[in-house]
Amino acid sequence: MKLTQITETPVWKSIFRHKFEDTPRNRSLAVTSNVFLHLHPIKVDRDAIKFRFTFCLGGLSLFMFIVETITGVLLMLYYRPVPEYAYLDIKLLEHTVLFGMFLRNMHRWAAHAMVILVMLHMLRVFLTGSYKPPREFNWVVGVMLLVITLLLSFTGYLLPWDQIAFWAITVGSKMAAATPFLGVDGPFHEFFHITDMNDMKYLLLGDSDVGGNALLRFYVLHCVILPLASVLLIFVHFWRIRKDGGISRPL
Amino acid sequence: MKTENQNNTLQPEEKEIFTVPNLVSIEFIAMIVAMIILTIWSVSLDAPLKAIADPNWTENPAKAPWYFVGLQEVLVYFDPWIAGVSIPILIIVGLALIPYLDPNPKGVGEYNFRDRKLVITVFLTGYFLWFLLIVIGQYFRGPNWQFYWIWEDWAVHKEADQALVSIPNLFGSLILVAYFGLGTFISKIKFKALYEKMGTLKYVTSSVFTLMMIGILLKIVLRIFFHVKYIISTPYFSI
Ligand code: HEM
Repeated sequence: MKLTQITETPVWKSIFRHKFEDTPRNRSLAVTSNVFLHLHPIKVDRDAIKFRFTFCLGGLSLFMFIVETITGVLLMLYYRPVPEYAYLDIKLLEHTVLFGMFLRNMHRWAAHAMVILVMLHMLRVFLTGSYKPPREFNWVVGVMLLVITLLLSFTGYLLPWDQIAFWAITVGSKMAAATPFLGVDGPFHEFFHITDMNDMKYLLLGDSDVGGNALLRFYVLHCVILPLASVLLIFVHFWRIRKDGGISRPL
Repeated sequence: MKTENQNNTLQPEEKEIFTVPNLVSIEFIAMIVAMIILTIWSVSLDAPLKAIADPNWTENPAKAPWYFVGLQEVLVYFDPWIAGVSIPILIIVGLALIPYLDPNPKGVGEYNFRDRKLVITVFLTGYFLWFLLIVIGQYFRGPNWQFYWIWEDWAVHKEADQALVSIPNLFGSLILVAYFGLGTFISKIKFKALYEKMGTLKYVTSSVFTLMMIGILLKIVLRIFFHVKYIISTPYFSI
């Protein structure tokens, strides 16, 4: 069977709305008729897409986010966010689920990679002066993405419910208690009658110490709230790249 | 933008090229390479998992995830409300302000450091400080957050720091006021043109943020070499 026999069928044509001949028109349609590709402009600056300009760092940050979403959803199938089961579920994942260890590893290492890539992407954007007008606001969106990336990583850290997780989050959440005015160990906490039952740390953990409530809170933040916030901001980020005139070029 | 010459014909080397295939192919290769690296990494190295969480069995040292270990390291030199709350907030606010403070229009879309020496230096100082603190916290801190060289055995007990002193409050306040006041004032003379371009508000803001960043380094020096605990200490807060 020839390829054209497939590409001439009504089904194929209903999905792909352009032909394959290498014409400028088809190259344009390949972008504009595809919801994912049309994040891109039809044409791009020859130098802007050079590897040694962006080092693909923003794109790879996005790719890590996608890898995290896919592996993360798969992990959710095996994991229950309560102290009675959380650790057990990770153990079972590692020892009884086919490719379970691999799945967990990939989720963990891609998370580290994402943190590093986002930091490096920020460095590249800074060094190329790409935060200057008209891209000021997109830099600010980027800073928010950086914060969310760190929070995503931090909230995920508790979920295995082992000693590393528990004590890392115990150390981390102590900081919330040190918030001026709003933390029980912070300066001026008397001001608002703050105790360990109504301070910032309590808000974060749902309790005065790391326990079942904290695990559930971190789980919901990690699997729902923060990913949604990321997606939202990534959309704004990409939209703004286009609206700000594409990847920055020398004047 | 098409580069056209007077006869309206395209020049041989066009500035703009088609996204398909030029950009999409780069993205495709980058994804495949990333996927290969991730796969090899995940097959060869297992994510750590220790014993089940036990609130009654303290890990010593208990380390934050690596990207926050730098802040944990700063806890040696500052109280938690500074190291754990104020510094992160100031870093985030400071980063977000950069585009609104940098008055220099040069160096957009190119790696041009010559025309941006000052900002590049300040930013890279902060960037490397962040990672330096992470490396120290991650690899050179053992039980009770004592300093251990990599080859030293954690089982060997280390003495707690010798007695630390605090600078008298009056003197300490003077130092702080002089540091930020004179720092801003003297640099204003040195960077006169910059000051005039930026205006007072922007200049003072940039100066204070930069001085705070360098101040973290200076406090580390004060602590290590002069055993200074606080510059100002009150019952309510200490710096
Ligand atoms: C989840 C995190 C992030 C993702 C997925 C992301 C993604 C991207 C992508 C794909 C680009 C296109 C150019 C490139 O690949 O370099 C880009 C550009 C840009 N990013 Fe990000 N980014 C993230 C975080 C940040 C951060 C932390 C900053 C800065 C603080 C930032 C600031 C910018 C700016 C200003 C541009 C425009 C650059 C130019 O025009 O040359 N982004 N981002």
